[in-house]
Amino acid sequence: MDAPVSQETRTIYWRENRRLMLILGFCWFVVSLGCGVLWVEPLNHIQVGGFKLGFWFAQQGAIYSFILLTFIYALAMARLEKRLGLEEPDA
Amino acid sequence: MSLTETTYWVVGASFALYVVIAIRSRASTTQEFYVAGKGIHPIANGMATAADWMSAASFISMAGLIGLSYNGYGGSVFLMGWTGGYVLLAMLIAPYLRKYGKFTVPEFIGDRYYSNTARIVAVVCLIICSVTYVIGQMKGIGVAFSRFLETDYETGLLSGMVIVFFYAVLGGMKGITYTQIAQFCVLIFAYTVPAIFISLQLTGQPIPQLGLGGTLADGSYLLHKLDRILLELGFQEYTIALRGSTLNMAAFTASLMIGTAGLPHVIIRFFTVPTVRAARTSAAWALVFIAILYTTAPAVAAMARLNIIQILQPEAGQALLIEERPAWFKNWERTGLLEIDDKNGDGRIQYHADPNRNELVKLDNDILVLANPEIANLPNWVIALVAAGGLAAALSTAAGLLLAISSAISHDLLKRTLMPQITERQELMASRLAMSLAVLGAGYLGLNPPGFAAGTVALAFGLAAASLFPALFLGIFSQRVTREGAILGMLSGISVTLLYVFQHKGIMFIPGTSFLGDFSPNWFFGIEPNAFGVVGAMVNFAVTLTVTRFTPAPPDEVRRLVESVRVPVS
Repeated sequence: MDAPVSQETRTIYWRENRRLMLILGFCWFVVSLGCGVLWVEPLNHIQVGGFKLGFWFAQQGAIYSFILLTFIYALAMARLEKRLGLEEPDA
Repeated sequence: MSLTETTYWVVGASFALYVVIAIRSRASTTQEFYVAGKGIHPIANGMATAADWMSAASFISMAGLIGLSYNGYGGSVFLMGWTGGYVLLAMLIAPYLRKYGKFTVPEFIGDRYYSNTARIVAVVCLIICSVTYVIGQMKGIGVAFSRFLETDYETGLLSGMVIVFFYAVLGGMKGITYTQIAQFCVLIFAYTVPAIFISLQLTGQPIPQLGLGGTLADGSYLLHKLDRILLELGFQEYTIALRGSTLNMAAFTASLMIGTAGLPHVIIRFFTVPTVRAARTSAAWALVFIAILYTTAPAVAAMARLNIIQILQPEAGQALLIEERPAWFKNWERTGLLEIDDKNGDGRIQYHADPNRNELVKLDNDILVLANPEIANLPNWVIALVAAGGLAAALSTAAGLLLAISSAISHDLLKRTLMPQITERQELMASRLAMSLAVLGAGYLGLNPPGFAAGTVALAFGLAAASLFPALFLGIFSQRVTREGAILGMLSGISVTLLYVFQHKGIMFIPGTSFLGDFSPNWFFGIEPNAFGVVGAMVNFAVTLTVTRFTPAPPDEVRRLVESVRVPVS
């Protein structure tokens, strides 16, 4: 478990991690503060079933998106760790 | 069996369950007491986190806040804020603190900022956030008992304290984790069952999340109808009513999100899983379990609001005769949560946005969830279930908060600062003692709520956002940030936020001491005090980074610590 990790691997891992965070963080902003607050008025002109779209994002859609984002992050990081040989042994 | 008897049975059974779990999961080491031996499965921890997270405020008050005080759309700040924070937590905080692998949040801040002063400042911030939060839970326990079990408030509060005392002091994090899993099951069942019934009755759709967008018996969309009726009664339309301004809503949402990612009692839950990988998946699962309630709540809010209005207006334009009001209405009038005043003396209850015409003078937010089963004519066991669910929500959050407070005292203050020579056995004893004192202290504050006990839950988030989150985030993402920067940043962030709240709400919330008055024209860019945490966080970031520029770089071992928390192995 305590095999030293090379500086290069650390750098790649951290760079990839930050890139992923930036992408997912952008989506996080768009679905909540974006669609749910800042652009809610124009989106409310779109009616989907019984919902105004902006209202739906603010009270439902943002939350479903958050779940998706956290699972994507968990899966992508697990894959990255596998690729770089940074997997932790199961305790 | 009468309603009270049924409630006693259901609540009694749930309490017995918690006690049995507590006896089976005693902690015998400090590792078990603080972090449950780091052996909790990520899905199980997700459930425990959800229970830890969803407080009496989420369970009892949130739907009412959305449906009544915030009139629909405005309440979205709670929905997005209290879930969106988990994305930040999962990406920016939890995995790295899990890798760090010790016991408490101030411990990380103390080590990362190579300073016992930083550790103490973090302990103080933690205690301020957690104590404001725990008072609300204690009150919730007392209120739930007194309403459903017809005991007085004090007896209710004491019974709740005895239960928490039992499993928190005995089992520490280990006992708390397993009881929280049970409490999650109780509370989520109790929340969704009435919601499914009410959605079926109104829209014929068993899934409340879909029912919210569904059609009513007359063929119109539920939300359209609600918009129209509210407009007729002088309110704003449900689906577009803003809370303050767009800026205020954005600030409120952001404060709750950042605060979520900085609240110690939530962060320490991620110390209990075996790996960094498990910490990330566990955050995702926690969000799933939380989302079950948080996507149901807006449906409950809209449906219950519509139900209440339709009861008050049996025929269009015709208000309900006072004599014909239903039995549940009279029941809740006795508790003071509902109040009518026939101002024009016509024997009918006019419900209107204009306070001069409105005769439903008191309609408490909590009514929406508490009276929901009665409004929808559901059987007694469902009403009893709501009581057990509300108590589960309050107890589980209280226990998590008490653990965060007591471990900060016994571990950070005693072991790491004042008495480093104590043995593990002595520390375990100290942590049990600290927990006992925390339970007693919280109980005392619940019995004698200080002036600032009202509406403090949202404030706790603002304080966490302004103090702990920036210190944690910068501690992980920058190797250069110095102890001087972090200490001054935390102090200025929390002071700015507290000052802003005090100047508008009164010093320590004592009425009459607010020197700027609680008026929106005096608010900074129209941002209400509860939404100010994000500004406090920005001040914190700015101060920390500026001071860092003028202070010597941290020592090499800190750089190595930061490098090691960023990578899951070695």
